[in-house]
Amino acid sequence: MTGIALPALATLAALLLALGPLVAFAGPRIGGTGTLLLCLVGALVDLGFLLGGAAPQVLAVPIGLPGQATLLALDGISGFFALLLLLAGAAAALASLEDHGPPSPTAPALPVFLGAMAITLLAGDAFALVAGFELMSFASFVLVLTHHRDAAVRSAGLLYFGMAAIGAVSLITALALLSGHGAGFAAMRAMPPEGWRASVILFAVLIGAGSKAGLAPLHVWLPPAHAAAPSHVSALMSGAMTKVALYVLVRIVFDLCGPAQPLWWGLPLLAMGIASAVIGALRANLETDIKSILACSTVENVGLVAIGLGLGFAARAADLTALAGLAIGGALLHAMAHGLFKSLLFLCAGAIQHGAGSRLLSRLGGVIGRMPYTAGGMLLGAACLAGLPPGAGFAGEWMLFQSVISAVRLGGLGLQIVICLLAAALALATAMAASAAVRLVGVTLLGRPRSAEAAAAHEAGPPTRWAILGLGGLVLLIGLVPGGVIGLAEPALHALANAGMTERAGLLLVTPQDKVAGYAPLGIAVLLVLATLVILAVLRARAVAGHRNGPAWDCGFGAAPEWLPNGDPLTQYGGGSFAQPLRRVLGSALLGATAHVDMPEPGDTRPAVFAEQAQDPANAFLFGPAAALRARLSGFADQMQFLTVRQSLTVIFVALVAFLGLIAVLEQL
Amino acid sequence: MSALAGLLALVLHLALLIVVAPLLTGLVRRLKARMVGRSGPPVTQAWRDLSRLLRKQPVVAEGTSWLFRAAPLVSLAASLAACALVPSFALGMATAGLSDLLVIAGLLALSRAVTALAAMDTGTAFGGIGASREMAFSTFAEPALLLVVFTLALLAGTTNLDAIVTLIGSGALGLRVSLALALAGLSAVAIAETGRVPIDNPATHLELTMVHEAMVLEYSGRYLALIELAASLRLLLWMSLLAVVFAPFGIAQSAQSTLLWLPAMAAWLVKILVLAVALAGFEATRAKMRVFRVPEFLGVALLLGLLAAIFLFVSQGFAQGLM
Repeated sequence: MTGIALPALATLAALLLALGPLVAFAGPRIGGTGTLLLCLVGALVDLGFLLGGAAPQVLAVPIGLPGQATLLALDGISGFFALLLLLAGAAAALASLEDHGPPSPTAPALPVFLGAMAITLLAGDAFALVAGFELMSFASFVLVLTHHRDAAVRSAGLLYFGMAAIGAVSLITALALLSGHGAGFAAMRAMPPEGWRASVILFAVLIGAGSKAGLAPLHVWLPPAHAAAPSHVSALMSGAMTKVALYVLVRIVFDLCGPAQPLWWGLPLLAMGIASAVIGALRANLETDIKSILACSTVENVGLVAIGLGLGFAARAADLTALAGLAIGGALLHAMAHGLFKSLLFLCAGAIQHGAGSRLLSRLGGVIGRMPYTAGGMLLGAACLAGLPPGAGFAGEWMLFQSVISAVRLGGLGLQIVICLLAAALALATAMAASAAVRLVGVTLLGRPRSAEAAAAHEAGPPTRWAILGLGGLVLLIGLVPGGVIGLAEPALHALANAGMTERAGLLLVTPQDKVAGYAPLGIAVLLVLATLVILAVLRARAVAGHRNGPAWDCGFGAAPEWLPNGDPLTQYGGGSFAQPLRRVLGSALLGATAHVDMPEPGDTRPAVFAEQAQDPANAFLFGPAAALRARLSGFADQMQFLTVRQSLTVIFVALVAFLGLIAVLEQL
Repeated sequence: MSALAGLLALVLHLALLIVVAPLLTGLVRRLKARMVGRSGPPVTQAWRDLSRLLRKQPVVAEGTSWLFRAAPLVSLAASLAACALVPSFALGMATAGLSDLLVIAGLLALSRAVTALAAMDTGTAFGGIGASREMAFSTFAEPALLLVVFTLALLAGTTNLDAIVTLIGSGALGLRVSLALALAGLSAVAIAETGRVPIDNPATHLELTMVHEAMVLEYSGRYLALIELAASLRLLLWMSLLAVVFAPFGIAQSAQSTLLWLPAMAAWLVKILVLAVALAGFEATRAKMRVFRVPEFLGVALLLGLLAAIFLFVSQGFAQGLM
């Protein structure tokens, strides 16, 4: 079984790529069904490979650069990420079968996107890695532009393209510096980089893969692009593509650069991770579009994974392999959990967008009664987002916090205080994520409808419902048996941290060290169920049954009038008002958030206007100045075309003399 | 035999908590009333309220969903599960292996999130304002709480509450500045999490000052009974947590015979009584603070937690330097 895993997965990836052109002729239903089947088969093959011990495999394919075979490889690390990719891909393909009127012109890009991500994971040399990564960028760019008639979508696509270009330049530089002795991964491992080259590679990878993963300060493209794409594509981008980018980061920094890199290599990752976690979680509380909220929360969760990876790297460099296993195990578990529950949430958001006619919090509300499947999926996903036990989000965060506690052994007082602050920031990020999850669910699903479309919302069709059910089941399973996921990551942990979690992560219990108590989600679930049953039994025996309906008490306000059955939507708390405390306290400090109230005098019939503004610090301090510099330079270059003939000739002459002078100087050296 | 004893201790512990929790709420109310010169309701009033509420048929606000009706159940179940994890009179209960401090915090967060969602479900401004403020306060309280957990975990090498209490109770740590700072920080967090003065006023009649009470404004009948019991249990849970971590004397160790449970229960009751008097005195002499002053209050708790951890690093650094 294990021997054929790589050829089988490579064939599946090739078939996915071939499916793209086929869809253009045969129609999107064939594409969706085919993609679904290929992903399911691939997931089974990959699961078999991981359960069978994940012995590394290499395959040479006679295509690619002239005169050279392209290498493909599969090991525990790529196998683990491939499982996430194929599961999320299957759900997205299933949801893409949903009938939304005329077929989308970008449907052929979906299987290509999945195939490109699979190629990235299966790459065994620099060429395949870059080819897969860039094809993935391009296919997702096409998919983001699906609704290109909307100006916001076009500007989101442009921003995404620019960031992808910067990422490509950095990633190709890093791989070129690594491939001094051959482009194959084995050749790179044999000659790990040293000195300045190693540092350049680290930062180039952090920019190249980190921008795609959405690590701060390179995350600015992510919220608009994920909001602009169709929902099943957003699900794939948030759930799978950010994880593929993290895989590339892990592959190059942890594996290809060799095990002898210094401890400080973990610190940039740690810093980017904590910045992403805090800024992402805070922005998730302030956004007004449900898909932007989910995208910001993706930034937060990618940050959490990066924190685990950074700690793991530092611990491995300090020879604390048990701690490295714990931190990287937590990161991988959280990556898997987030990949699946964020896919679930994006599919639910898509169902709400179609069923209730809007993505804006200010036009939603009260759809829980009319969209039971979507509401159930969203509640489950939001519980994971909020990190509530025994959900899938809690287990990874628990392991990450345990590794932060153990990380004080890494260094002296200075580092210990930093780790202490890291623990506080981690708690702040998870608490803000809980607040964002309550806001998302409370405003979208609950309360009174804020628009006529929301009042008449309809449930999604069977494909999306099945996708929600399938993902929901997987998410529940991960929450209750996180040890199973860590078991699947065991070969990856041995490769990345030189230490497994076999003794520490069973199906019932996950522990930070040997022979201490740990986290037992099944036990917690049993406690919760028992408590519920006891309460129900007592209520049945002692309390009056049934209930009456009446208008809300609302401290004595009257019931809504006949002609406004849902009441005035403005008297209800909404997304903006819910976020007010956090915006005032943290938003003004971190995002420069300001609110402006224009309240007319009594008797004036002008409407009152409330306007709020917030700016991401990455925009304010990095991209804003960079754009201003670019504008200044292009303005300077622009003057060249208004020169007179004499001035032009002078410029050309001076340039010629300068070049000749340069050549003369170089000749002398 | 020990498994059986652990189970018995757990059942006794939960029964004790459920009986004492409403009495504690009643006692604090009574003490507070006496301190400000009123006679106050009898201590058993909270229990009488509960049994009265169970006999009333609830009125459910129109337009609410199933979540509004399920929330009190989930909230109480999560609070009960958290209570099962915090030891009172005996260590080594059947749930000792599960009693992780982060899990306890998580279960309390579950209870809070469900209550906030139910408040949003009513579609009234009061529910929304209460939910928004409750979630914002928890955002500020959580970092302080986790820093205290961080300090305790550094001392004990684990986040398991049972193991932490065993270690502190054994006296191996001695008196430490860190523990005193952690106690102060955790007390501030406990005041915020249980919605007491000066963060929130559990007995308020002014709608605009309410946080927790605003969230549960639409509940009546058995639903309100479940909510009130859950709130009482959470108050007792926090007091019990402070008592067992920072005053672990008198608690029955797991290996000891069941005969020692009775004096241990008495010791626990005395500790809770002392804390109740302290809480009533604190509340009677304080006014509720403005909503936007709360982050400052909890910021102080965060600093205390940070100082606790830093003192620990410094003292351990000294210890290593001496060796």
